[in-house]
Amino acid sequence: MIISEQKSKEELLLALDGCKRLFLVGCAACATACKSGGEEEVFRMQEWLTSLGCEVTGSLIIEEACHIMRAGRDLRQHRPAVEEADVLLVLACGAGIQSVSSSTDKRVIGGLNSLFLGNIRRFGQYEEKCSLCGDCILNETAGICPVTNCAKGLLNGPCGGMEEGRCEADRDKECAWNEIYQRLKKQGRPGVFARTVPPKNWGKVLKPGRHRIKP
Amino acid sequence: MSLLQQQLSAGRFVVTAEIAPPKGIDTAAALETARALRDVTAVNVTDNQGANMRMAPLAMAVLLLREGIEPILQLTCRDRNRLALQSDLLGAAALGIENLLLLSGDHPRFGDHPGARPVFDLDSVQLLQGVEELMAGRDLSGRPLCGLPRFFPGAAATPEAEPFELMFQKYSKKVAAGARFFQTQAVFDIPRFEIFMDEARPLKAPVLLGVLLLKSARMARFLNANIPGVRVPEPLIARLEAASDPLDEGVAIARELVACARLRCQGVHLMTLGCEERIPEILG
Repeated sequence: MIISEQKSKEELLLALDGCKRLFLVGCAACATACKSGGEEEVFRMQEWLTSLGCEVTGSLIIEEACHIMRAGRDLRQHRPAVEEADVLLVLACGAGIQSVSSSTDKRVIGGLNSLFLGNIRRFGQYEEKCSLCGDCILNETAGICPVTNCAKGLLNGPCGGMEEGRCEADRDKECAWNEIYQRLKKQGRPGVFARTVPPKNWGKVLKPGRHRIKP
Repeated sequence: MSLLQQQLSAGRFVVTAEIAPPKGIDTAAALETARALRDVTAVNVTDNQGANMRMAPLAMAVLLLREGIEPILQLTCRDRNRLALQSDLLGAAALGIENLLLLSGDHPRFGDHPGARPVFDLDSVQLLQGVEELMAGRDLSGRPLCGLPRFFPGAAATPEAEPFELMFQKYSKKVAAGARFFQTQAVFDIPRFEIFMDEARPLKAPVLLGVLLLKSARMARFLNANIPGVRVPEPLIARLEAASDPLDEGVAIARELVACARLRCQGVHLMTLGCEERIPEILG
């Protein structure tokens, strides 16, 4: 899931740039789960905007705002309200915002900051486990990703900053390499420690990423 | 062949020290410190240590060469991707720098530019391998070089890090990747260093024990709280506390550590932090 949070009210005011007539867009998927762009947040946003003297011409929660075609179709169904607005305020991740901006010539304002691809610990508590690097070595690291969980993304063991198995960059966190080491030891296999991992091929995912499932 | 390499190959007990390039372009103070390090074989030039931005160590290392002082160029993975690292290495070789200390580098988070993007395109093991490749006349993508750089690559070790076996697997990888000598993080606990040397000795890479001059009990406590992998044992802190002149006591402790190193490893790396004039005593 894409973890996102609402921009601060100060930042939002700056982004609004004096725009007075707005159409609001939320997302029923990740932004709803993150409580950053679901029905409730869209409603609250409407209240706040109204209190500022803005006019909200309408609102829409897209099933998955990242779905480019669906975002376009849903917006078309709300054409009169969209046309009435000067600007669309989108409470979705960066992907969702761009689905919307590609579907309209109107000015689009993003109301959220996208943080990371997150695992869910429990509701409202999210953790980054995967960096989508396109060159996965989880099979050798006992299922713990050093690219993501090591603050430096090192591939051949801990840095000199490890102390008592804790991370240099965040003493509250266990060193990812210690976690990998302990788990591999339990499994009785050397895993990634059996070889020197060569420099990572960052060319495997060329920015911007693109993927098409072969028929 | 660098003097450092010659002396280590000959089995001489080697002493190194370090300076930091200035934050700015006035190199007078750094050069003065370096000149004060007469009794040492080579001088490390730190690379944005603690992720604090300073003048390029490559430039500072060349200034040392001009003074007739042998530099050890520190190079961290933190600030450069594989192109920049190899490019700097070739530049260093062309300018006559042979000794290298290859490091991951401290995370930018605690430096003076905490918003900087950390690079870490390579890790220290991969960088060591890259240096080997350059010396073999190839870059990291296998393309040939014109003219062979000659290096004496070294790496860092943290003998007191826990878990020991995990730290040591990285040490072994560094040896296998071409580390020809090691400088350690400051060590104060001799029995623990002995355990480390028992494991390290069979791998045959010379080890220079990191000796940090303690100036006060307060400094010792600060190190324990803030510097990863450095642990000043309580009895030493008590000695500093009880001493009428804590700096003299720190020099005495450093002398004991050097004496210990003479029996157990191939040299010492001195970190005297502005008290370079005490080095003869520490070595004495």
